[in-house]
Amino acid sequence: MKLLAARRRHPMALVVLLLVGLLLTGGAYSLFTGSTTASADEYSAADVEAGQKLFVTNCATCHGLNAEGSENGPSLIGVGAAAVDFQVSTGRMPLQMHGPQAQVKQAQFSEEEIAQMAGYVASLGPGPAVPDEEWLDTAEGDAAAGGGLFRTNCAMCHNVVGSGGALTRGKYAPNLTEVSEKHLYEAMQTGPQNMPIFNDANLSPEEKRDIITYVREVSETPSAGGFKLGSLGPVAEGLFIWFFGLAGVVGITMWLTARSK
Amino acid sequence: MTSIQHSGGPGGQVEEMNGFQNPGLPEHKPRITDSSPAAERLAERQIAAWFIVSMIGTIWFIVAYFLFPVGDSGALVRIHTAGVGLGATVALAGLGIGIVLWAKNLIPDAEVVEDRHDIAGSEEDQAIALEILNQAKDESGIARRSLIRNTLIAAVAIAPLPAILVFRDLGPLPGDKLFTTLWGEGVKLCKDIGMIPEENQIEPIRASDVTIGSVFHVIPENIRDSGHPLDEKAKAAVLLMRIDPSELNTDPDREDWGVDGIVAYSKVCTHVGCPVALYEHQTHHLLCPCHQSTFDVTNHCKVIFGPAKRPLPQLPITVDSEGYLVAQSDFREPVGPTFWEINTRETNA
Amino acid sequence: MSTAQTTSKTVAAVGSVAQWTEDRTGASKAVREFGRKIFPSHWSFMLGEVALYSFIILVLSGTFLTFWFKPAMAEVVYQGPWTALHGVTISEAYASTLEISFEIRGGLFIRQMHHWAALLFMAALTIHALRIFFTGAFRKPRELNWVIGIVLSMVGLGAGFTGYSLPDDLLSGNGLRIIDGLLKSIPLVGTYISFFLFGGEFPGIHIVSRLYSLHIMILPAVLIALIGVHLMFVVIHKHTQWPGAGHSEKNVVGEPVLPTFAAKGGGFFFLIFALVAFISAIFTINPIWNYGPYDPSPVSAGTQPDWYVGWADGILRIMPGWMEFYIFGYPISLNINIAIIIMLLFWGIAMVWPWIEAWMLGDNREHHILDRPRNNPTRTGLGVAAAVWYAVMWAGASGDLVAVFFHMSLNDMIYIFRVLFIVGPFIAFFLTRRICLSLQRKDRELVLHGHETGQIIRLPHGEFQERHQPLTPHEVWALTAFETPQVLPAQPGKDGKVSGLERVRARMAKYFYEDRIHPVTKAELDAAHEAHHHDEVAAGDHDDHKGLEK
Repeated sequence: MKLLAARRRHPMALVVLLLVGLLLTGGAYSLFTGSTTASADEYSAADVEAGQKLFVTNCATCHGLNAEGSENGPSLIGVGAAAVDFQVSTGRMPLQMHGPQAQVKQAQFSEEEIAQMAGYVASLGPGPAVPDEEWLDTAEGDAAAGGGLFRTNCAMCHNVVGSGGALTRGKYAPNLTEVSEKHLYEAMQTGPQNMPIFNDANLSPEEKRDIITYVREVSETPSAGGFKLGSLGPVAEGLFIWFFGLAGVVGITMWLTARSK
Repeated sequence: MTSIQHSGGPGGQVEEMNGFQNPGLPEHKPRITDSSPAAERLAERQIAAWFIVSMIGTIWFIVAYFLFPVGDSGALVRIHTAGVGLGATVALAGLGIGIVLWAKNLIPDAEVVEDRHDIAGSEEDQAIALEILNQAKDESGIARRSLIRNTLIAAVAIAPLPAILVFRDLGPLPGDKLFTTLWGEGVKLCKDIGMIPEENQIEPIRASDVTIGSVFHVIPENIRDSGHPLDEKAKAAVLLMRIDPSELNTDPDREDWGVDGIVAYSKVCTHVGCPVALYEHQTHHLLCPCHQSTFDVTNHCKVIFGPAKRPLPQLPITVDSEGYLVAQSDFREPVGPTFWEINTRETNA
Repeated sequence: MSTAQTTSKTVAAVGSVAQWTEDRTGASKAVREFGRKIFPSHWSFMLGEVALYSFIILVLSGTFLTFWFKPAMAEVVYQGPWTALHGVTISEAYASTLEISFEIRGGLFIRQMHHWAALLFMAALTIHALRIFFTGAFRKPRELNWVIGIVLSMVGLGAGFTGYSLPDDLLSGNGLRIIDGLLKSIPLVGTYISFFLFGGEFPGIHIVSRLYSLHIMILPAVLIALIGVHLMFVVIHKHTQWPGAGHSEKNVVGEPVLPTFAAKGGGFFFLIFALVAFISAIFTINPIWNYGPYDPSPVSAGTQPDWYVGWADGILRIMPGWMEFYIFGYPISLNINIAIIIMLLFWGIAMVWPWIEAWMLGDNREHHILDRPRNNPTRTGLGVAAAVWYAVMWAGASGDLVAVFFHMSLNDMIYIFRVLFIVGPFIAFFLTRRICLSLQRKDRELVLHGHETGQIIRLPHGEFQERHQPLTPHEVWALTAFETPQVLPAQPGKDGKVSGLERVRARMAKYFYEDRIHPVTKAELDAAHEAHHHDEVAAGDHDDHKGLEK
């Protein structure tokens, strides 16, 4: 609260206060429950200020000067630090070009800058914070429980082992095998692009950790049967038998029926 | 009879086509192994070498079978599978290559000509066969004794009926099973926790838990009361989403079927029954991963793309005194794929 | 009986065991009958054998699997080696499949062999059928064997699907759910069929054991019986052969069963076995441990059937929803039924095709010499059209994966498949027929003008020309010994009138076979040689577009 008091003289304070107030009173449905929701407490005023500058120069064109959103980008009030960390450190934001969905690319900012922007956005309204290390520790998670949750909540888009899949009109659910524990957690928490939000009432932090543990386990364990063929299921297997199996067969038949010299 | 022919006539036949004469088989060219005894011996040793390779493969298989254990993580099974599998491959390939080389290099490879004969039997054969059949007809009197013949045909015709009838008990008649689910007034909406044993609690969902952009995979709280939970789940699975009420185009009849933008729809596709589980929280579209039917949640899950025809049935929900989401009633229409009797009766709702 | 004595002496020399067998079986008759039977040697004649050998592998590996597999749906809590499923409730069928995969030595290897061999069986059967079709090997007297082949592919599909469904994992369960929807959509009786198959509501507790009975008893028995008859017909008809020097409709040229063909065939069996073993040793197939147990609520992205069922799934994806409509409140789900209709239509037309072709051409003769595909442009065009149609439906089933892989919109993919479903076969037909006609022209050119030698000669009056090497009589025969289909005009019937059906036949024959290229005749070749000789002196234009008969 001390921090908040210190920023009361900030030119943005009034706007922020107004928006926060509106959000708190108006939105029973925008309530976030659970332990990992945090406001700007963990970011210093300097961070927030630096973050705001970065925001205005790099993000405001689409998200509005005060992150209130525009035609080109959603409002970021209440999305929390986790959303900023996920979007910016996976390179999805700033958006390179408009398309069905934001693409992963090289991160455009340093970790420090990302934290500053996260601090600024977190200061705009309560939202999910960057997850604690505790919830990312796969040694603590239960892969079997995570597998059940993953199949129920994630597999329909991301495939049972996280190989990814198609959504409507050019959108897609990405492959999860290379995604870091932190980004997996943040994605569940914040629902980037069209991914639904899995708040802590839906999947508790422990359950999220179980899911991360499962994803890690299935992507890192070698398949008992040998090469995985992309873990894409019967389509990959069918193509393999047609293009490798039958090619082998035809090769053998040709050798078999060719006359010896 | 067969005979070996080198550049002679084609099996003794004279053939002409488009004015050209069939020039007959090309001259047989001997192989190296046919003319050089050294090459022949080399080929022999080569073939024997492949058979020895095969033996090595068999031994490899046996060693791998005992050397690499199974029954642990995927990595061990992988080593075992590749170990015995490649041993078997070598054993089989060695045999195959050796035998084929034998056939190709040592067994005479001159082409042999065989004459074709008519598929049909000779006229004499056909006449005798006909005579036998006629005799059978006369002796049995099948043509003459029409009473026996016709009753026999009738008896044989209906004889399979019991064979079909005994399959009657394969399953019960559908009855009203496709018109009812476990949902009913006051049944709490609970989180689907997959195939976890009974000790685990199933958690009911509070309205306040369902924030905008969330999706919950839902089962009824009484799922375990039924004798066949999977059968019930196959009908009762529900998706719960919260959407800004201003974005919902709610039908006047269904004004009170949701709670502050929280809506519940059947998860079973109206096409062929796959779980329509892909929710896009910005477009508010539900996509079926099996056949790509797309449903618009903002318009009562009407089909906007793909092979499905009917909208997903909506489950009317409300909040109980403790803040938990509960069903107002069962679905008002049958869930899942279209079936012939779909409009013949009302659901229990 | 002096011959009998000689024969028995010969046999005695082979050994008393052979004599013992001979006295009880009369095997010498069979050896005499089949021992020197001739099989032509060509790589494309070996494809059916691949299917046969895959089937043998299936029977052997499948028997092994039955010793551990439990076709039951009672629930158990998994505590085996695969930790990612610890404590999860699963069916006995799924648990025993996990046991085979993780706890039985060699179990996963043989399970993978069984599944890979199944995919190879259907693939080999398919390209074998394509070879038969494109070379006209289905013509009299082999029509019945062609029909048996189509039935084999239908039963093979059933055998494959019932096997795919046995492990009771998430993938196969969702496959069965689709079958349930497919059955329920059948007018009038669909709901009953579904309830009878599943023993009540989907998924019930009976389906795995019922499919198991079908998978290990009835379907393999039917396959074995049909394969037996299929092979018997091959013996009765003797094998077809390619047109070539020394080959005629009256003979068959090739290798005798004993020893050459038997040795090659036996070696080939081991090689196919080795190929399947190699693939199974190092490539995962159907990792059921990843899919989890069947539960009606979850589903995985990229839920597809094995490849040979793909076309059915593709049809379901391609059809639009408006094809379902209601008559007096009763639904006609054409968007779903059409999958069954198209499959039956496809198989049905394929089965009767030998008779359609013979009827159109009025051709009732036996054919033992194969057509080179280019020499029957119409048949080849229709075959490619059917293959393209099948391929569009097949690819339709993988639209979601293709979309992700090529960064395309899933919806656009389906629009493309809808268009290709309609126009693809037509484009394929016209294009293929044109290509065949061009290839035939090229053959004519080759016969008439010989091989290009690359040697440039200068003629006395200064013109440069490439020397052409005339073809040998053997080469000429291989390229000219074929018949162009004749268009038989409408014939009057016994009453002297031309029937309506006959008119249709004549019109179809005219449409399909009017454009055709004649093989080079001896007279044409002689004329060309004459002209060539003349050319080399007079340097006239020797382009030849003759032969296209309008």
